[in-house]
Amino acid sequence: MYVYDDFDRTLVAERVAEFRDQVARRLSGELTEDEFKPLRLMNGVYLQLHAYMLRTAIPYGTLSSTQLRMLAHVARRFDRGYGHFTTRQNIQYHWIKLEELPDAMAALASVGMHGMQTSGNCVRNITTDQWAGVAPDEIEDPRIWAELVRQHVTLHPEFSFLPRKFKIAVGSSSHDRAALRVHDLALRLHRNGAGEIGFEVMVGGGLGRTPFLAKTVKPFLHKRDVLSYVEAILRTYNEFGRRDNIYKARIKILVHELGAEAFAKEVETEWHAIKDGALALDPAGFAEIAARFRYPTYAQLDDSPPELAVARRADHRFDAWVDNAVANHKVPGYAIVTLSLKPEGGTPGDLTAEQMDAVADLAERYSFDEIRVGHEQNLALPHVAQHDLPALWRELDAIGVATPNVNLITDIISCPGLDYCGLANARSIPIAQEITRRFRNPELTRNLGRLHINISGCINACGHHHVGHIGILGVEKNGEEFYQITVGGKADENATLGALIGPAVPYAQVADVVEDIAAAYVELRQRPEELFIDTVKRIGVEPFRERVYATR
Amino acid sequence: MPLVKSGQIVEDRYVRVLDDAPIPEGVPVIVAGQRFLSDAADLVVRDAPIGVLWPNDRRVAELEPWLKDLSLIALAFPKFRDGRAYSQARLLRERYNYRGELRATGDVLRDQFQFLVRAGFDSFEVKKPADAQVFAKSVARYSVFYQPSADGRVPAIRRRLQGGSVAKTRERRDLPSGSASQIAMIAPRSVSEDTL
Repeated sequence: MYVYDDFDRTLVAERVAEFRDQVARRLSGELTEDEFKPLRLMNGVYLQLHAYMLRTAIPYGTLSSTQLRMLAHVARRFDRGYGHFTTRQNIQYHWIKLEELPDAMAALASVGMHGMQTSGNCVRNITTDQWAGVAPDEIEDPRIWAELVRQHVTLHPEFSFLPRKFKIAVGSSSHDRAALRVHDLALRLHRNGAGEIGFEVMVGGGLGRTPFLAKTVKPFLHKRDVLSYVEAILRTYNEFGRRDNIYKARIKILVHELGAEAFAKEVETEWHAIKDGALALDPAGFAEIAARFRYPTYAQLDDSPPELAVARRADHRFDAWVDNAVANHKVPGYAIVTLSLKPEGGTPGDLTAEQMDAVADLAERYSFDEIRVGHEQNLALPHVAQHDLPALWRELDAIGVATPNVNLITDIISCPGLDYCGLANARSIPIAQEITRRFRNPELTRNLGRLHINISGCINACGHHHVGHIGILGVEKNGEEFYQITVGGKADENATLGALIGPAVPYAQVADVVEDIAAAYVELRQRPEELFIDTVKRIGVEPFRERVYATR
Repeated sequence: MPLVKSGQIVEDRYVRVLDDAPIPEGVPVIVAGQRFLSDAADLVVRDAPIGVLWPNDRRVAELEPWLKDLSLIALAFPKFRDGRAYSQARLLRERYNYRGELRATGDVLRDQFQFLVRAGFDSFEVKKPADAQVFAKSVARYSVFYQPSADGRVPAIRRRLQGGSVAKTRERRDLPSGSASQIAMIAPRSVSEDTL
C-alpha cells in the first residue's frame, strides 16, 4: 500500500474544491458544455448515452479495504449500487448526476482517491502488474516507480494539454501482466549485462483504429534518469505530435511517421539538455516515497500445508478453483488469489456494492487489508496464507467471485459497449454474456485451456480486441450490429496483433463463430497441452477461416 | 480583452503590428515572428521596447540570439486544448534564461492560469473579463505541486525531505489580492540552476 501524506491529501482536496467550483459554473450557465467538457474530462467525468460517467483511478491497481468500502459507498449513494472495473486499473460509475459529482469526489478524496487525469489529453492513470510486490518472477516492486512517475505527471503544467491522451505502464517481471507494448509509454525494469537494474523504454504502442505495438527506444535507462527521460518524451510529443486530426494525434502516429529511430534521436537530444537538472533522481526523495509503501509482516509458513491437500481431495470444486485461480507467491506459504468478475451471464468487470464490501472484509481477514485490480477486469487478494484457502474459497464462492475461469475462454475482457457508451457502434456486454452461457461447462473450458477473448464495441478498442487470442470488434453496417473476428493477438511479452479471419458476422452469429473457432482448435491442436494461441501461431489463420465460413 | 500582469488587470502598453505596416516610432510594439526574424537587427535598435508574437509550431530556439533584446514574447494558444506553448514557455525560461515579459495570448481561460504561471508566463491576455477578475484567486487554488517547473516552486518530493508542512503555503493564499507578496507569488521566481 502507498499511504498518502499531508501533501498528497491536500492536493486531492484542492482538486475537489476546484471541481466543485467548475460544476457550479456549469450549472449556472457561466461555462458552456464545450468549455466544461475538458475540465470534467480532466477529472474523469464523461457524458455517456444515458448519464455522466465517473472514472476513478486505482493507481497501479492497489486498494485497501477502506478504499474498497468507499468505492462501495459511492456505488450505493451516488450510483445504482454497482461499479465497473476497466482494463486500465480504474473503476467507472455509469449513472452519476452532475450536481452530485463534487460530493462523490469528496467522498473518494477522503480515502485518497480521485478521478484526476483518468481522461482528457493528459497523462492517464499509471498502470502496472496487478501482482506487483508479490510475484515470484519480479525484479523489484514496479509500483514505487509508478508512484514516482504518477506524482511527477499529476497536474503537470506543461503536459496537461497534450495532442491526445497518454498512457504509461510499468512492468518488472519476465512475464508481462501489464500489457506493456500496447501503451504510449512503457517502462520495463530489467537487469543489464552488468547486473544493474534499469528500464527498457518502449514508446508508441496503442490500439484504436491504427494499432501499433510499442517500439524500444532505449534498451537500458538508468534509474536516476527515469523522470528526465519521461519528460523528454512528453516534451517531444507535446511539441511535434499531430494536432490536425484527432485520429492521428496519439504518440504512436508520431513515432510511426518520424520512424522510431528519428523519434528516439529527438528525445535523446532533449534528454541530454535536462538529464542532469532537477529531474535527476534524488535518492532521498525516492526513498521517502518507497517508505510509504507498506508491506505485510508475513508469518513463517511452509508451502503446501497438509490441510490444503486434504481440502483439495475432499472437494473437487475447491480443487478446480485452486488449480485455476491461485498463483504462486514470492513468500513461502502464501498465495495470490484471483477473484473472477466473470460469472456466467455477468457483465465483465462489474461488482455490486455488497460484493465490494464483502471482498473488503475478506481482504481484511485473509490478505493483510489489500486488494488488487488487474487489466483483465478481475480482482486479486495478494497475500493469502495457503492454509486459509479452503475457508476463503467458501466465502468467495458464496458471493459469486470464485468462478474457476481465470484466463479461460469465459474470462472475457469487454468494454461497456453500446449499452452505455456514446462512441460504441455495437453492444459488447451481451456478446460476452452469451459466450459465458455457451461455455458454462467447466470441463469444456478447462479442456480449451488458456484462451483470452477481448470484445470492443467500436474501433476505439477499449476492450483491446487486437490483442485478444480471439478478438471481437463491433462495427455498424447499414444500421445493424456486425462483428469482425480476429485470432492470434496477445498482450504479453510476445505481444502480437490478431489477424482478421474474414467478413464481419451479424450479432446473432458471434457466439456460434466462437464455438466454431474453439471446436476447430480442439481438432487442430497437436496435443492437449498446445494452447490455442500456439496452434494459431503454428498453422495460421486460414484453417479457422475455412471452418468459420464453410457454412456461412 | 483584459491584460493581467503581476496579478492585476493593467493597460496594454504594446501596439500590435502584425502585418507589414510601418512600425510607429517611440511606442512599444509587438510584431509577428517571421517579420521579427527578417528585420531583427533593425528592430532591436529602435527607441522603444520590441516584442514578438511567436507561433506555436516553430522552435523557440530560433529566437535565442535576440532574447536579450526582446522585452516581450507572446506565445499563442489558438485553442486552449493546444498546449504547445507551455513547452515553449518553459524552454524560454528554463533553458534559454529569457527574463522579459512572457505573455499568453489566444484562448486563455481561468482554468489554465495555474498551469500558465507554472510554465513561466507572467502576463495574460484573458479571453473573458470575468476570468481576469478572479485571476489571483485562481492561481492560489493549489498549494501543493509535484514537479519542478519554471515558477521555481519547490515540489512536494523536496518539501517532504525538508520536513516542510503544507500549512506554510496555505497562509499565503489568504493574503488580500494585489498585496505585494501576492504579486511576488504570481511573478516568476528567479530561475535557479536546478530547475533546468
